[in-house]
Amino acid sequence: MAGCRIPLVLLACGSFNPITNQHMRLFELARDHMHSTGQYKVLGGIVSPVGDAYGKQGLVPAQHRIAMAKLALETSDWIRVDEWESQQPDWTETVVTMRYHYNRVLQEYQKSTTAHKFSDKKPTATSNPSVQLKLLCGADFLDSFKTPGLWLDEHIEEVCGHFGLVCVSRGGLQPERTVHESDILSRHRHNIFLVTEWVRNETSATEVRRALRRSASVKYLIPDSVLQYVHQHNLYTQKSEERNHGKLLRPLTKQATNPVSSLDD
Amino acid sequence: MDGTAGTRVVLLACGSFNPITNMHLRMFELARDHLEDSGYQVVKGIISPVGDGYKKKGLIEAKHRLEMARLASENSWITVDSWEGLQAEWVETAKVVRHHYNELLAHEENNDDVDTVKYAKKRRIEDNYYVSSSSPQNRDGTRLMLLCGADVLESFGVPNLWKQEDIEEIVGRFGIVCITRTGNEPLKFIHQSDTLWKHRKNIHIVQEWVTNEISATHVRRALRRSRSVRYLLPDNVLNYIHEHHLYSEESEQKNTGVILAPFQRYSGASSS
Repeated sequence: MAGCRIPLVLLACGSFNPITNQHMRLFELARDHMHSTGQYKVLGGIVSPVGDAYGKQGLVPAQHRIAMAKLALETSDWIRVDEWESQQPDWTETVVTMRYHYNRVLQEYQKSTTAHKFSDKKPTATSNPSVQLKLLCGADFLDSFKTPGLWLDEHIEEVCGHFGLVCVSRGGLQPERTVHESDILSRHRHNIFLVTEWVRNETSATEVRRALRRSASVKYLIPDSVLQYVHQHNLYTQKSEERNHGKLLRPLTKQATNPVSSLDD
Repeated sequence: MDGTAGTRVVLLACGSFNPITNMHLRMFELARDHLEDSGYQVVKGIISPVGDGYKKKGLIEAKHRLEMARLASENSWITVDSWEGLQAEWVETAKVVRHHYNELLAHEENNDDVDTVKYAKKRRIEDNYYVSSSSPQNRDGTRLMLLCGADVLESFGVPNLWKQEDIEEIVGRFGIVCITRTGNEPLKFIHQSDTLWKHRKNIHIVQEWVTNEISATHVRRALRRSRSVRYLLPDNVLNYIHEHHLYSEESEQKNTGVILAPFQRYSGASSS
């Protein structure tokens, strides 16, 4: 094989409330895994924090979540933070965010490989394969496909079938089982890359917020620069955790077949 | 807990630190939070990497392990001590604990307003032997506690790994802070050991609710396979590892077939 690896960009969507070492581990693990398949070459990673309109409980303002992610990734030479999603007026479906980033990535890639002419996305024997964008996520994300009203079927099709997923789990057969138990996911299992993190590490943003509320240490769970920012701005208190309490998640109201008005109307 | 109000504590962690990881550093943070919650005041943390004489498989040179620990603890309340690590022969943990406790006393002697000299000297004489009926440490002075994971606590049960009197001294005279993921196993282990049970008040079990199994073994394995270990340990430690080409197939084979120092010493095996 003459080194015709598919160029790949990994996109992680999520609250990043706050970003943790575990989030950044996802990228590292995913990159290693995709490289080891022999078929991909990871060009970059994008962290795309969700907008405030998502309405998740405890979500602090996007400006802070973006600032913290930038601090965390300052020294990374391949992962960057993107604010587009967080700047949209309403919550943006994951598939819309993916389409946006795919177009940008494709443009950048085409510019940097002007030697080759691209007619479409299909790789041919004589031209380099076109760049791909896949969604990077944890195993809990796969489970979220099951939550009623959270995803439109055609969006799941596009995310898994057209783009593809790289799903990092903490061990156990749970993601395999989730794929198996879903017809849509099973159909696209060749495009769902399951990466096992053998080291159980249950650090989560939820735990970090909990510890911060209780004035317990979170050092070494998040970068020092992020920790400093959290203290400077006094983020993550009992009060911040109560934000959006009782509110329906935006996807549920936006995508409902019988549109419901959100509880705070 | 009586006598703990404001009692100052120094935490001492012994181990291979081969290499140091975020999990090791988290242990200190969790221990400090727990003790301060119980009314103690944690004033210092000490990392004491084991010497090369321990002869554990895959153990790279102490000078590297010391430097990595130093880099990792740079901007924190945790310090690194090389007394144990630079010795040619393996030093029993109880000796290391005693050594650091004496250092602690000497330091207090120099800095304290209150005249503890007479008292401190009295305690130090007792370092050569342990009197089981005496109170753990100078109740008004700083206490030294061994910080470890549940695996170390349970290693007390491994034949010929520890001297019984050393275990008695560590838990009886000093104290242990044990970080565990499952509350049950260490408690059960304490229950099943008369020595540990007798000194159960000196054994502080800290529950780690958020499982974090980043082990040095895992890190070494990933490095051998050229996998990323970024965010499992501090960046400056990672840079050091790459600069010095530490942790390869070759380094993992070090001490293969060699008997671990404690086994050699306690089972009366002749030195090879």
